[in-house]
Amino acid sequence: MSEEAARSAADNAREAAELARQAAEAAEGYAADAVAAAAEAGAQSLGLGGAVDPFVFRVAIFVLALFVGYYVVWNVTPALHTPLMSVTNAISSVIVVGALLAVGVEAGEQDGVWFSRLLGFVALTLVSVNIFGGFLVTQRMLGMYRRKE
Amino acid sequence: MSNFAALAYLVAGICFILALRGLSHPESSRTGNRLGMAGMALAVVTVLLVTAPGFWSWVMIIIGVGIGGTVGATIARRIPMTAMPQLVAAFHSLVGLAAVLVAAAALYSPQAFGIGTPGTIHAGSLIEMSLGVAIGAITFTGSVVAFTKLQGLVSGAPVVFANQHWINLAILVGIILLIFIFAASESHVAFWLLTLAALAIGVLVIIPIGGADMPVVISMLNSYSGFAAAGIGFTLGNTALIITGALVGSSGAILSYIMCRGMNRSFFNVILGGFGGEVAGPAGAAAEQRPVKQGSAEDAAFIMKNAGSVIIVPGYGMAVAQAQHALREMVDKLKRAGVKVSYAIHPVAGRMPGHMNVLLAEAQVPYDEVFELEDINSEFAQTDVAFVIGANDVTNPIAKTDPTSPIYGMPVLDVERAGTVLFVKRSLASGYAGVDNELFYRDNTMMLFADAKKMVEEIVKAL
Repeated sequence: MSEEAARSAADNAREAAELARQAAEAAEGYAADAVAAAAEAGAQSLGLGGAVDPFVFRVAIFVLALFVGYYVVWNVTPALHTPLMSVTNAISSVIVVGALLAVGVEAGEQDGVWFSRLLGFVALTLVSVNIFGGFLVTQRMLGMYRRKE
Repeated sequence: MSNFAALAYLVAGICFILALRGLSHPESSRTGNRLGMAGMALAVVTVLLVTAPGFWSWVMIIIGVGIGGTVGATIARRIPMTAMPQLVAAFHSLVGLAAVLVAAAALYSPQAFGIGTPGTIHAGSLIEMSLGVAIGAITFTGSVVAFTKLQGLVSGAPVVFANQHWINLAILVGIILLIFIFAASESHVAFWLLTLAALAIGVLVIIPIGGADMPVVISMLNSYSGFAAAGIGFTLGNTALIITGALVGSSGAILSYIMCRGMNRSFFNVILGGFGGEVAGPAGAAAEQRPVKQGSAEDAAFIMKNAGSVIIVPGYGMAVAQAQHALREMVDKLKRAGVKVSYAIHPVAGRMPGHMNVLLAEAQVPYDEVFELEDINSEFAQTDVAFVIGANDVTNPIAKTDPTSPIYGMPVLDVERAGTVLFVKRSLASGYAGVDNELFYRDNTMMLFADAKKMVEEIVKAL
């Protein structure tokens, strides 16, 4: 049994390594494509006398991250899909960055700033629930997974 | 400074990628989670350095984080594992609502976000903002509905009414029009109308989906919450948010796909809803009296004690009956008697992806005794006893043989190939798919009619 388990673990590891290698290759390929596309776009807009819109770079990052996410998530063992969900939930609370920007804006110049700060404050409070709750409940769950003694 | 900040956000994004990478194995998962926390801390410290908040801002930040953090930490400590699906739905709703609030804040004081001044925000930023707010609002109300269904506050039955899909379509078209109007005019009225329409559609798309399809819904809302975050990330030009949004978006999409495959349903079939509401026609007719073999706890204990190998097939019913701890006790006794025991988990065994694994882990079942369907299905043929507890549809052999059955083609566990099947169930009632389980009437099946927990406790006593 333990031999069998070891063999299957070794197989799994090999498979994982293979997947990771493929992911890296794919990511490299896409990165190259994206860079080429960006360079091309840059060259074109240079020809017209402008610079690349930062939006293009953001899209590039977004698309690359989608691919990274695709490969990384397929590698997650099904046994950990619930923690996966709670941890993705926790990290999406990085939207706290927006809430802090809204809270931190200096009052005075414009109308609507206080309203905006209030919205930011509510968002910050909600998202704090998520940050602390999400990471801690994930940690609690992961602590339950034990190997056979 | 802004270059430093951009790099710091990138590092935070990479921490999040590694956090998910860690989940490829239970051993590396805890480190991964800590990296996720580190990434979050880095993002927060960076934004605080960039904005350098004044006194009153600090007060607001400390109060907000204090209240939210305390509530979050308390929930995390207390929540029972059976309630994880509700908790995740509730957390999704918070991310969705936060996305709406942040987008509104950006509209009212764009200078804080570096996207112009009120009245002169770039059209591009307005479109990004409106996408963020629309997806955020859908995530918010959709998750609230999912939460109330999972928590049992409302019936899990699908709510369907005439012209439902046409109404949804009309609202969707309205949302798209409002996005264009908003992008062209920066009208606050258009923004709030857009928010209202998105809040409404969030409710309308989730109510027709039955309680049993909630694993797909939660995964889908997971994906939406990611895309809402990404929309805000585009508005703010924040790399950490964009990367996270994409990661979470693809993670949720993959989980939805895995759940749909586990039920052999297409994604659209689930989304259009109505499933699990009406009882399928043939089920009523087939539920006539057919002879079943019935056994007692002593019989079950005797059979399993003398078996060489046992596979346990747990379903959500086991968790409802809170039988997992008693079950582990039973398995411990069997192992001491020299019986080889493993667990077989169907992809949709719980109420969210991987739910059953967590429930078993909580009952201190080692994770290397728990196997996924494709890894263990071939072993039933060489197994003496299959012990089915709280599961039903996922063991029904009809899914392999009868093309007219609503569950035809769904991957099922081949429990009928085991020497003896012990089936713990309260009655012969059919599962949520409304299909009679043929397995009950097989020669090698012994039904153990009782509450799952009580039955297992009696077996433990008899062992």
